[in-house]
Parts: sequence; C-alpha cells; structure tokens
Amino acid sequence: MSKRTHISATVNGDPVEFLTAPSTTLLDALRDELQLTGAKEGCGSGDCGACSVMLDGRLVCSCLVLAVEAEGRRVETIEGMAEGGQLHPLQQKFLEHAALQCGFCTPGLLVAAKALLDANPDPTETEARYWLAGNLCRCTGYDKIIRAVMDAAADLRQAQRVIA
Amino acid sequence: MAQLDYVAPTTTDEAIKALGGGSARVLAGGTDLLVQMRAGRVKPERIVDLKRIPGLIGVRQETGGFVIGAATPGAVIAEHAALVRAWPGVVEAINLIGSTQVQGRASLAGNLCNASPAADSVPAIIAARAIAVVVGGKGRREVPVDAIAVAPGRTSLAADEFVLEIRLPPRPARSSDAYLRSIPRTEMDIAVVGAGVSLTLDAAGVVTAAHVALGAVAPTALLVAEAGAAIIGSRLDEAALERLDAAARAACRPISDKRGTADYRIKIAGVLARRAAQIAHRRASEA
Repeated sequence: MSKRTHISATVNGDPVEFLTAPSTTLLDALRDELQLTGAKEGCGSGDCGACSVMLDGRLVCSCLVLAVEAEGRRVETIEGMAEGGQLHPLQQKFLEHAALQCGFCTPGLLVAAKALLDANPDPTETEARYWLAGNLCRCTGYDKIIRAVMDAAADLRQAQRVIA
Repeated sequence: MAQLDYVAPTTTDEAIKALGGGSARVLAGGTDLLVQMRAGRVKPERIVDLKRIPGLIGVRQETGGFVIGAATPGAVIAEHAALVRAWPGVVEAINLIGSTQVQGRASLAGNLCNASPAADSVPAIIAARAIAVVVGGKGRREVPVDAIAVAPGRTSLAADEFVLEIRLPPRPARSSDAYLRSIPRTEMDIAVVGAGVSLTLDAAGVVTAAHVALGAVAPTALLVAEAGAAIIGSRLDEAALERLDAAARAACRPISDKRGTADYRIKIAGVLARRAAQIAHRRASEA
C-alpha cells in the first residue's frame, strides 16, 4: 500500500481536503474520496472525454491528472454547473433536444461545451464540432448534441444582450 | 501500481536531485506518461512533476526569439498572439496533438521527449531549428531538438536530465513556416506522415533560407537538409517544388503498418513537403 498524501484543493468553489495515494487519478479521487460521480471513466486514456473537468480554468481529462497534482488547484466538475435548482442553459438544451440517450458521455460533454461557450460565445458549428472532438458519444450520432450546444449558445448571447 | 513516490520540486536543482537514483520519470502534462503507466509499459518508482518550477509553464520573448517553458500546454501556446504570428507552423503543429482536453495539458517538451516518430510538433520545431535547453547533474547544455529523440520512445537525455525550455530563434523579415500531416480522418489521429517547412524570402520573393523536416517516415523525425537546399534560390516554381518533392521522398525510411504502407508514406511525404512549402511561402510573402 502506497503512502497517502493530504491534498487541499477547491472543488466547485468549496475548499476540500482528502487523502490520496500518489498513483490515484484525479478522476478516482473525485469519485471515490469526494463522492462526485458525475465525471465518468470511459477509456482511462484521454480518448473519450467522459471524465472532463476544469483544472485551474483549463478543460482536461481527469483520468490523465494525478490527484496529488490538484494540491492548491481549482477544480470544477459537472456537479457545480447547475446553480441551486436552476439548470445551466446547456443542461436545459440537452434535455429539450434529447441530446443524450444512455447519458454516460453527458457530464463530460456539458463541461466541455461550457468551456467552449465561456471562451467563444459565438462558435460556428465547425468550431463546436472540433472543440468537442475529444468527447465520444456512441448513442446520438452527435447531431442533437451540436444542435443543443448551438441553441444554448444563441440563448446565452441573447441573455447577455438583455443584461447589457 | 506498487510503491510510487510523487514529488513536485520548485527549483531545477531539486528536480535534478529527485531524478537521480532509482527509476524516476518526469511529469509535465502527463498525457503520455499516465497512459503508459496505466498500460504497464513504464513502471517508475518516482514521478517528478516539473510544473511547480517557476518558468516551466509560459511563453516569453527573449533576444528576438521565443522561450517556451517545458511544461507549457498547447492551449497556452495557442493563446500567445506574437508567437502565433512569428511561428504559425509550430503552433498549428502543436495544436494538432489530441483533443481540446489534451491541449489543456500536453506540453511541447513532452511531445518531444515522448520520442514518437509521429509526434506532430517535432517536425515543425526541427524545421524551426529550435533548441532544447537541457539541465542535469552535469550542468546545462543546449541541444538542437532533432538530437533529442534517438529511437522510438528513446531520447539522448541522461537519467537525471530533463528539458527545461524550448527556444525558437529570432525571425528575420519575410519568414514563416507551416506544418501539414496526413491522417485518414479529420481530427484526433496519429500522423501517417507529417511535414514541417520553415523559410525566409528576400524582397523579390526568392527563398534565401529553408529547412524541411519529416515525421513518421523513419524511427525519428528527420531534418532533410537536401530538401531545404532544393528550394533555396528559387521562387518556389514547379522545378524547385519537384526537387523538394524528390529530396523529401529520398530521405524516407518508413515502415508499413496499419496506418499506411511504406510506398504510400514516401509518396505523401513529397506531397506534404510541397504543400507545406507553398503555405510557408505564402505566409512569408504576407509577413
């Protein structure tokens, strides 16, 4: 048994502390130590994107991050996306467009799509498809996902205009 | 995994000490190392995370050139506007590596030191005549990036050495570069062939300097001096492009595998070298 290290980090805005072995991935620590089971393990090799989270503001695969690397870092997961009982517009649009079937890829796709819209509020469909190329979905054929993302982007731009 | 020790030094000296003795591996973005550990292909006893050393993440301009910290991820490199202007080929090559998620972690020095013959960034930085600054127990040395990989998965670095930064040289006026790769799909794949070209033009549009590098056609990425020489003194007319194409093909020593046959790779290497040279020429004309 490897020795365990004490890690302090910020997850979805809250300070968290946990113990982890040096070889444990951030994904396993989120799921097993912090009970945040939204991020999923699909491939474990960075190909499928089901474990997508934000690490210090960058979209990453949490299966390719060691939990010990999170010391002092800021992590955002799908669990932080809805505010209170209010779904994020992307989550709402995924429901309206039925942009999921089994749902396994959905948390990763939502985290990745939010990162896209935060960086680029007005992406072309091609930009959205390339940005999300690292998130595999074996059910939908992607069309509904792209429609949901483009629709959410339009709504978010409209909301920005209203605020402005 | 059995006993594994993780250290995150904050100075290069501490990192060098941590790498000495026992089997240790350097961690930058982890997008190769963690996959290899999981597959059991590497079994380090210690991981030395370089990312807490000041300067290891970031791009800075120095004496006319650019210095890219060894652990700088592709996403950070792509956001550096001056670097994108000066070295569009280097940046487009780095940004072809993996997905958005991988770009958030994967580093330039990691792509170099993973020593894959098909690494996308490597032909581009070889054509750029980039220098890797290597530090270790015996001190600091500057190594042309084409001398880092010696075989698939093997580098010329000693056990206690690591790449601290990659330096791109100052850019004369009317210089630019380009990188192209061939893959069977449009995204998220490994190069069947890659070609990087960097060149400089005079005021009349004549090529005065040119470097050509090829990936995935030999055990390591190749600097093809004959291919660069083939277009110097030309305006990249058809005769010059034919010489470039022939020189690129002549340098190839590829294998046949599921991604492509040796004959296919040789032919495509010539085609990509031509097209990359034309893109670099157009960019340099507009620079």
